[in-house]
Amino acid sequence: MLLLNCPWCGPRDETEYHYGGQAHIPFPETAGDLTDEQWAEYVFYRDNPKGPFAERWVHSTGCRRWFNVVRDTVSYEVLAVYRLDEPRPEVPGLPGPDDLRQPADPAGGNR
Amino acid sequence: MTAAPLPEHPDWLWRTPDPRPSYDVVIVGAGGHGLATAYYLAKNHGITNVAVLEKGWLAGGNMARNTTIIRSNYLWDESAAIYEHALKLWERLPEELDYDFLFSQRGVLNLAHTLQDVREGVRRVNANRLNGVDAEWLDTDEVAKVCPIVNVSPGTRYPVLGGTYQPRAGIAKHDHVAWALARRADEMGVDLIQGCEVTGFVKDGDRVVGVETSRGRILAGRVGLAAAGHSSVLAELAGFRLPVQSHPLQALVSELHQPVHPTVVMSNHVHVYVSQAHKGELVMGAGVDTYNGYGQRGSFHVIEHQMAAAVELFPVFARAHVLRTWGGIVDVTPDASPVIGTTPVENLFVNCGWGTGGFKATPAAGWTFAHTIATGEPHPLNKPFALERFTTGALIDEHGAAAVAH
Repeated sequence: MLLLNCPWCGPRDETEYHYGGQAHIPFPETAGDLTDEQWAEYVFYRDNPKGPFAERWVHSTGCRRWFNVVRDTVSYEVLAVYRLDEPRPEVPGLPGPDDLRQPADPAGGNR
Repeated sequence: MTAAPLPEHPDWLWRTPDPRPSYDVVIVGAGGHGLATAYYLAKNHGITNVAVLEKGWLAGGNMARNTTIIRSNYLWDESAAIYEHALKLWERLPEELDYDFLFSQRGVLNLAHTLQDVREGVRRVNANRLNGVDAEWLDTDEVAKVCPIVNVSPGTRYPVLGGTYQPRAGIAKHDHVAWALARRADEMGVDLIQGCEVTGFVKDGDRVVGVETSRGRILAGRVGLAAAGHSSVLAELAGFRLPVQSHPLQALVSELHQPVHPTVVMSNHVHVYVSQAHKGELVMGAGVDTYNGYGQRGSFHVIEHQMAAAVELFPVFARAHVLRTWGGIVDVTPDASPVIGTTPVENLFVNCGWGTGGFKATPAAGWTFAHTIATGEPHPLNKPFALERFTTGALIDEHGAAAVAH
């Protein structure tokens, strides 16, 4: 059972949350110009690393707000929790913000 | 007084050779799909200069961790075709491989608990019949006749309103399936190499020419990936992406019981699936953990939910004890259908994305993947399952018939 620390409500069991997949996937800025390949990339392709991963969670049975988590997908250790309006913290093993394929969305990339 | 002598150790079913410097084909992953691919490469295409590389031990990944259910009652034509091909191969494999892996066609019931479940079930039965797949719609009383221990009382929270039934579906002994395939592949000259992890790919421009492994460089004319939950890790090493996400999927067994459960029962709605192994354990599964993970373990609350569902559906199990639980890592695609085909890297092929349902497809996955590797072109059965579908939009959306939440 994961223990996730909601930025607003504090630590709660995994069962209070829902998973939202990879974080920092903003809607394309020039959506009208995308090729089919670029749309496929945006809609269907996500990172799937073995190690630290920035992902979204929502506190469904609590404040119902979204936030981001960096979690190790092997050990399941939670390495960082941050609000959508906060920059992603530096975590060893996680690609830096400059390495992201697209710039981090200040709104958290919630579609 | 002397103890009775121990029985002789059985002959090994396959050799354990050291890897040779090069092969015509290298398969990554000695699970069911990798072994079936090697078997059909040799049998159907005469390609025997093949190595199957396994980082752990043979069939020790998802092949050792599934719930052994075999069925072909999928909704869409493309899925029905490939899973039914698998079921037909299952029906002849014990004789073909000369190995009784306890394939038992005891039928699979997919229960309906809501009006929408009923509509979906009836629709799927009709679709199955149009595709030549045996399928029946059973009402509540007929469900109780097929599996008398199901609680069909109208007083339950989600009453059983009926169910789809595929009589030819069933279970098989997963380890024995792997050993049967491994023995025959080995006999035909395939090298099965365990403890050999692929750590990189040798490329000549956009073409793969070999793999780097924990036991050195192995050159290969063609390379096929059959690594289930680790497919995207390998793809990244090879320089391309796959539209898969890896999730833990867990299952459990009870202690042994007398034969009590005559078929396989699955329920999407209350979400548990149960069969009884030949030895007597009740084998149960549920959905995946929603989050990405490679930890080969699942969340406890998933067990809690599936137990609640199982006890309501099968009150007779209420006092059964859980003997052991385990988890595998499944690779899930956006449309809950597999990817079998070419990749952006020349001579590198991929078979992945089977999500929660790879075991039942083992022979057809091997059959079509072997064809694709041998000829460089997809077999008609796996042509629709190419990576391109995520660009063209020709998805094969099987989340409904996949039967396991993922």
